[in-house]
Formats: sequence, structure tokens, C-alpha cells
Amino acid sequence: MNLRRFSLISVPYLWLFLLFLVPFGIVFKISLSDYAISIPPYTPTLDLATGWAGFKTFLSELDFENYVFLTDDDLYWKAYLSSLKIASIATALTLLVSFPIAYGMANAPDEWRPTLMMLVILPFWTSFLIRVYSWMGILSQEGFLNQFLMGIGLISEPLIILNTNWAVYIGIVYTYCPFMILPIYATLEKLDTSLNEAAVDLGCSRTSAFWLITMPLARPGIIAGCFLVFIPALGEFVIPSLLGGSRTLMIGKVLYEEFFANRDWPVASAVAVVLLLILIVPIVMYQRNQQKMMEAEQ
Amino acid sequence: MNQSAEKTVFAPWHDPDETPLIAFSNVTKRFGDFTAIDSISLDIYRREFFALLGPSGCGKTTLMRMLGGFETPTSGTITIDGQDMAGVPPNKRAVNMMFQSYALFPHLSVWDNIAFGLRRDRLPKEQVAARVEEMIKLVRLDKFARRKPHQISGGQRQRVALARSLAKAPKLLLLDEPLGALDKKLRQDTQFELMDIQEKTGTTFVIVTHDQEEAMTVASRIAVMDDGRLIQVDTPDRIYETPNSVYVADFIGDVNLIEGNASPRGDGKTLLHWAEGQPPLVAECPHAPETQARCTFAIRPEKVSISKDRPSDRTNVIQGRIEDIAYLGSLSVYSVLLANGTRVKAQTANNRRLSRRELTWEDDVWLSWTETAGIVLDK
Repeated sequence: MNLRRFSLISVPYLWLFLLFLVPFGIVFKISLSDYAISIPPYTPTLDLATGWAGFKTFLSELDFENYVFLTDDDLYWKAYLSSLKIASIATALTLLVSFPIAYGMANAPDEWRPTLMMLVILPFWTSFLIRVYSWMGILSQEGFLNQFLMGIGLISEPLIILNTNWAVYIGIVYTYCPFMILPIYATLEKLDTSLNEAAVDLGCSRTSAFWLITMPLARPGIIAGCFLVFIPALGEFVIPSLLGGSRTLMIGKVLYEEFFANRDWPVASAVAVVLLLILIVPIVMYQRNQQKMMEAEQ
Repeated sequence: MNQSAEKTVFAPWHDPDETPLIAFSNVTKRFGDFTAIDSISLDIYRREFFALLGPSGCGKTTLMRMLGGFETPTSGTITIDGQDMAGVPPNKRAVNMMFQSYALFPHLSVWDNIAFGLRRDRLPKEQVAARVEEMIKLVRLDKFARRKPHQISGGQRQRVALARSLAKAPKLLLLDEPLGALDKKLRQDTQFELMDIQEKTGTTFVIVTHDQEEAMTVASRIAVMDDGRLIQVDTPDRIYETPNSVYVADFIGDVNLIEGNASPRGDGKTLLHWAEGQPPLVAECPHAPETQARCTFAIRPEKVSISKDRPSDRTNVIQGRIEDIAYLGSLSVYSVLLANGTRVKAQTANNRRLSRRELTWEDDVWLSWTETAGIVLDK
């Protein structure tokens, strides 16, 4: 009986150990190593044949040099800050776009809701890359958007959107919208409509009832949605590299270039470890929020 | 309740000088093809505890929601305190509602829930606090003021909802199935509490319920509804004792219904020929038909006497056999089968111990009642 319980519980732990902790351990070890022109491109490597003494010299060769290097070169902390800024702005924009959609869905007639939900999820059925590429076609100077705006005579010169931060914002908002809509919709949908009626009955206007009742009660959903967008947006690589310009600085892009352009695995690993440490803060906050939501429901 | 003491009894509906607080005139409400309210005219007076009673889907909730401003009538007018309510939104009405689900704001404490309406009026802080304290005392929730709604019991939540809806001292309080979520014992206690509070605050209450006992207990007048129409509007005792139709008689309490041909006897009494070879039943009835007609005689089980020997002092006497006995503790209900197959229920108070009861199954018994005990209904 105990053995069965243990083996059941051990499955997720084993999963986490093998696919999260071990790879992280490897990345962390590489981040403490030195760059080398060899395969793999770092030293030292652990050779078990050399025994205990070999392991000791292996340990002595590891150091935090790469982390010190990250603080020396302002590229890295600028990239982190810029990532935080872009992710924050994009999350706020996603919230602005998603909340009315979720609100509209929650207030739609019952028979419409499954269809609306379907429409929100539908984009996931095509490849993410194709969707981002098609935004290039929309936003470029000869793209659909500029052609349309010039066609109706609203502008005479094409807008430069592609390869700017704006294109990155548009890409993130578009891609992560469903992650914001769904948790907000889930909380709004559960709200008793008589709560709003009661607020109006007690003298609120429709607008103040929205701010005093609907918004506070939708907060857990808003917070969950913000984390679900912010966390992946912070490390986003595809969107800034395809839609962003050369001046769009995001840590995901720096990481990629460090790994594949410079082939400097130790520095790239250090960048990844620091990114993970930064992400742990919002992840822990997100989990707290989830826990609070569960407690409130009981 | 006592008809003989009519002078001291609260009955503004009989006073021609009294102006109603609420007046519905020819109000109709349609949802698409469905007619929820069918041309209703109704007056409700100040300080009344008015009950809208009917089965689910009869339109009682719609009627109440129109008072609150949550629905607008398709045609007809509603006036409250002489003011036409057409186009007046819920937040501009001196009417508050206690919702069936209570609709307490889960993110606010009991105190803040009660203060919610007062704060919307931008009253000074001290005044809000004083009024909230007063309300909290009224519903006896002193110990729970700082708790959130999910931290208190169902009965306490009900009282918070009541306090919140009374806090703004509305002219009219609407209660939508206020006791529906409570268990029976608590419901009975709360009914009396509700009456006390209504009397103390002097607010006009309109309550929606499907529970006839609840309506009978709390209300000064009851409107029995069916299919979007008012069937009868009257005091509880008159609804019970002189229902105007078989529907009302059957909906409120237990009743024996005997069909037959009625004919007036000339002296204000009506004869009901109900079975071949049986003497006609004699009943006194204000609405009895002038001529021969197919009618229903209705009599409450507690007005039917049951005895082993034929009583000599009663006008209506029928013989039958006891088919079933339901022992309810304080009461026993006998189901008696008559010769023509009709079943009549008779109810007696168990003022003697069960072991000393002289009637039992398969006994031949006499049922009897006076001329005024029952009523002849022609619809």
C-alpha cells in the first residue's frame, strides 16, 4: 500500500528531477566553466576515470567568473531591464485588450459562449511561427496594414512598425491574448449576476458597480492572466527576433546569440541561470495567488 | 386576523381615503412570445407586508423585479408614491431588494456590505457608521461585523442581506424568497423576526414566496398568482376560509373538493346535489350561482367532524368508512371513503393519548359539518 502510494507520488518528482533539475544542474555547471575552443566548447569536463583527485581538480577549476562578467558588460543588465520593461508594457497592453473580450464573453448569451471560447483558442491550431511570420507581412512597409491605411487616405507615408518595439508589443499581445482572456473569463463567468443588480439597487450607477464589484472580484483572474503572459514574455525569443529591430534588446535574443553566434556556452548559461532567478520571483507570486484563490473558493 | 375586531385591525385597503404606495395599472410583461404578467392591476398600501404567492413560473418574481426597476413593463404603468416609475433606473428608486441568493459582496466585510448603499449616497462618515451600527444591532450581528460573508452561517448571511437592504431606509423593501435557503426550524424563527423588524421600521414589505405557510404567517395580504394573473388578493384568513376559486382553495392548505350541481334554496343558502340517493349538502355562500350550475364544494379537513355515532345537531351528515389514518403528533388526519367513491379528509386534534383513540381502520363513521363550514365555488 505504502509502496504504491510512494511510486505514484514519485512519478511527478522523477519527471521534475530528470527533466528540470538535472538539465538545470548541467546548465549551472557550464555557467561555472570557462570558454574553450573544443567540443564541447568549455572546460573543465568531468572525467570519472581520474577518480577522487580528478574530481577535486575539476571542482577547483569551477568559478563565478562568468557572473562577474555579466555585471561588467552593460549589454546584459540593459537586456534584462529592457526585457522587464517590454514584458511589463506588453502584459499591460494584453490586459487592456483581453479584459473587454473576456467581459463580453462572460456576458454573452449561454449558447454563444462555447463558440466564442473556440474562437479564442482557434489560433493555437496553426503554427506559432507561421502566425508570427504573417504579422511581418501585415506590419511591413509594403504590408497589408500600410496598404490599407494609404488606400483609405489616412496616411500618405507608410508607417514604420516592423522592426520596432511596437511590432514586438503587437506580437506579444496577439500571441498571449488567450492566456489572459481565459483566466479572466473563468472568474467573471462565475460571478453571480445578482451581485451587480444588488450594487445598482443600493444606488450605484452601472459604471461604479463595475469598478466596485466586478473589478475587485475579477482580480484573481487578472493576476493569474498577467503572470501567464508576463513570465513567458520576459524570456521571449521568437517574437523580438522576427518582429523586433536591431535596437530591440531582449534577454532571449542575447541568450540565443551568446549560444549560437558566439558559441560562448559558459556565459550563455550564466545568462540563463540569472534569467531563471529573475523569473522565480513572479512564479512564486503566481503560485501564492493560485493558492489564495483555492482557499477563497473553499 | 380577527374579523370581529375590524375597527382596530390594520386594513388600509378598506379605507377609501387611503392612497396606495404602489399602484399597478394594467401592467403586462412579455418576454418574446411568453406573457409573464397578464394585465395586472394591484394596489399595495404603506406599512403593508404584502406577499406574492404562486408556483414557480407564475410571474411573481417578474412582478417584483418590475418594482425594483430590473424589468420594464411591456404596457401599463407602475406608480410608487404617486410617481410614475417608467424609465426610472433601480439606483434612482427609493426601493431596495433582498435577493434570493442574498447577493452579498464576497470581498467586503459584513460591516462594509451594510455600509455599501449609504456610502453611495455620499453621507458623512459618522452618519454611515451610526446607521450601520444601528442596523447591525437590529439584526443582532454585533459579533460578526468584521467577518467576510463566507465566514458566517446561512442564517447570518440572510440577516446581513436584510440589514443591507434596510440600511437606506427605503420606502419599499422587496424580498425575493428571503427564507428559501434556510432550514425549516430557522425559517420559522426568522419569519417572526422579519415581522418584528417590519413593524419596528414601518417599511412596506413585498415578499415573493412559493411557500404558502410562510405567506400566511408573515403577510397582511396575499396575492395568489397563476399564469401571470392575480387569482385572489386578500388577507390570509379570507384566502384560507373564503377562497374565490378551486385553484386558490387547493393551493393554500389542505382541502376536500366535492363536485356537484348547485341550486339556490332561496334563503341565501345553496344546495349541492353531489351524489345519487344522498341528501344535498347545504352551504352558505356569498358567490354561489343564482341558477343551477356545476360547482365544487370545498371544505377544510379541520372543519369536518368525525364520530362513531350519527350527530344530530349538524346539517350536513355523511356516512363513510375510515380508509387511512395519518398520525402527525398534534393532529390526526382520517381519510374516509364515501359510498360513491369520494374520499374526504377529516382532521382532529389529538387532545387524548393515541392509545385511547376510539376510531380505527375500517370503522364506519359519520362525517359532519355546519352550514357555514364549507364554501361553494363555481370556478
